[in-house]
Amino acid sequence: MADLALDPRAELNPTLVQGDATYAGVTDAISVITESKPPKQWYYAMAVAIPLAGLLFFCLGYLVMNGIGVWGNNSPVGWGWDITNFVWWIGIGHAGTLISAILFLFRQKWRTSINRAAEAMTLFAVACAGIYPLFHTGRPWRAAYWLFPMPNELLGMWQNFRSPLMWDVFAVSTYATVSALFWYVGLVPDLATLRDRAKGLRQQIFGILSLGWRGSARQWKHYELAYLILAGLSTPLVLSVHSIVSFDFATSVIPGWHTTIFPPYFVAGAIFSGFAMVITLMVLARWVYNLQHLITIKHLENMCKVILATGMIVGFAYGTEFFIAWYSANQYEKFAFLNRAFGPYAWAYWSMITCNVISPQFFWFKKVRTSIPAMFILAIFINIGMWFERFVIIATSLHRDFLPSSWGYFSPTWVDIGTFVGTIGLFLTLFLLFLRFLPAIAISEVKGVLHNQLVSNKGGH
Amino acid sequence: MADLLDKLPLPAFLKPADTGGHYGVIGDFDTPEALLRAIRTARTAGYTKFEAYTPFPIHGIDDAMGEPRSPLGRIVVVCALLGLSGAVLLQWWTGAVDYPIIIAGKPLFAIEPSIPIIFELGVLLSAFGTVFGMLALNKLPTYYHPAFNFSKWAGASNDRFLLAIEAIDPKFNPDEIKVLMDSLGSRCTELVEA
Repeated sequence: MADLALDPRAELNPTLVQGDATYAGVTDAISVITESKPPKQWYYAMAVAIPLAGLLFFCLGYLVMNGIGVWGNNSPVGWGWDITNFVWWIGIGHAGTLISAILFLFRQKWRTSINRAAEAMTLFAVACAGIYPLFHTGRPWRAAYWLFPMPNELLGMWQNFRSPLMWDVFAVSTYATVSALFWYVGLVPDLATLRDRAKGLRQQIFGILSLGWRGSARQWKHYELAYLILAGLSTPLVLSVHSIVSFDFATSVIPGWHTTIFPPYFVAGAIFSGFAMVITLMVLARWVYNLQHLITIKHLENMCKVILATGMIVGFAYGTEFFIAWYSANQYEKFAFLNRAFGPYAWAYWSMITCNVISPQFFWFKKVRTSIPAMFILAIFINIGMWFERFVIIATSLHRDFLPSSWGYFSPTWVDIGTFVGTIGLFLTLFLLFLRFLPAIAISEVKGVLHNQLVSNKGGH
Repeated sequence: MADLLDKLPLPAFLKPADTGGHYGVIGDFDTPEALLRAIRTARTAGYTKFEAYTPFPIHGIDDAMGEPRSPLGRIVVVCALLGLSGAVLLQWWTGAVDYPIIIAGKPLFAIEPSIPIIFELGVLLSAFGTVFGMLALNKLPTYYHPAFNFSKWAGASNDRFLLAIEAIDPKFNPDEIKVLMDSLGSRCTELVEA
């Protein structure tokens, strides 16, 4: 246990897990958040988030009434902000699964106090992502017939399973379902803790939600194995999801999309942007709920290191793309990339490079990795940069078609902008509700870490 | 009801055990280590029907209780195979049998483009098998359980480590068990109603 980075004592709340910490103290510290009125910062944050979420529903209603022509995408840029936002949100979700599943398998104890919130972030990000393809169909109430193989009289035919868009339907819906199951299974013992502390209606609600969990040794036995299996399933799943999202592009014949580098490049970018969003949200959660003692600077610093590593992979992928465009000797490919960097969208390309390649380099310095304002600003830059990455890939590859007669330029409409800003509002609203009403930190897991520590303190090893 | 069941010519295993209206005796321990010691002692004393309630999983408790490994893994393997083969059947039957239509000159069914959905459905059904299998093995949801009648029940999800010796145990004798549990360090030992 010489490695401080793996030692739970160095990671967790000093008042929670130091010598005088108790199991009851852990229960109280986390449960009390859900049992008392939120601090005023929560209301300030909600006051920003709810109107934006309202804007989303307004824009979606406007779209349904008027058709998808209210968005800016049109020939030749048939995919615009909708798919950009879809890929961006899905990518953000990936950090939650990485923390909850992959770091669990690698026995990274520092994940314990952030995994619950990161999993919630995954769910809400995937929900925001799903809105775009669903509403891009124009008739979302019929979308299930088009997207899922349901026998029906409406079409009288089956989906084309050789299309990557169908793979995407299965990947994203599986990802949403498995993430929700994983999150809920993790919540059950903590919901039982809230039930046992509550009275009246609150006890009934948490009683129903906790499924009558008793924490018996036999229940824990099946539960622990289930948790391990879900982590094992989620790990390849999360890697497959962004790979399959990248197939939407990579299996096409469009220069700039048709590359084999896409799956790993998308996955690295997803983790890169996801961790930036986790940092954004954790800084917010620390501010709203004064969770400085649970989400420590060490957690944040570790996440900055992940961002630095994945940011380097993303930067390397940008370089590789350019090299291959030249090395392939394919004039269309070469044009697509020169056009990306020096064409009408150069402003977007260089914004992407600045945000994604240059800004993470600051994380080489420990001073930056341990400064909340610095990492918050850099994380916002990375969120913006990764949004630009998807925009650059989508818009620049499409806007100059093979024939110059079908060249165009994509500009978003107010509905595009309103929908995007609206999903950020929905995401923040859901996250704030989660912080308020559910245990945002895994109570039983923290107690497990505390127990190991008490034992090793006593045993002196 | 119990009288009626007694009169019926049923084999013994179908008749509810006579528990005298009790669930069992529950003792309340301070630490996981005290609980493990109590479990080992109770087992040595010959009790077989017992259960522990803890706020987090305790390493080594299955060995102490003599619990077999969870069969969940086998359930998940079956579900995974169902998902993988179901995805092959789905894509082959819809694409090559029920609605064969040539798109871009590609074969009606081939394994390569089917891999992503085979993988995803394999994972999806495995996850269903894991979660619903776990719930079924744990008999959840169960909204009533006699252990909830223990006066210090709330501790079991907070900071207490409970051991219940159930009334269906052939050696069940509340007074003896109380003495045993108290001697092992139980803070509160109670005979709990069913």
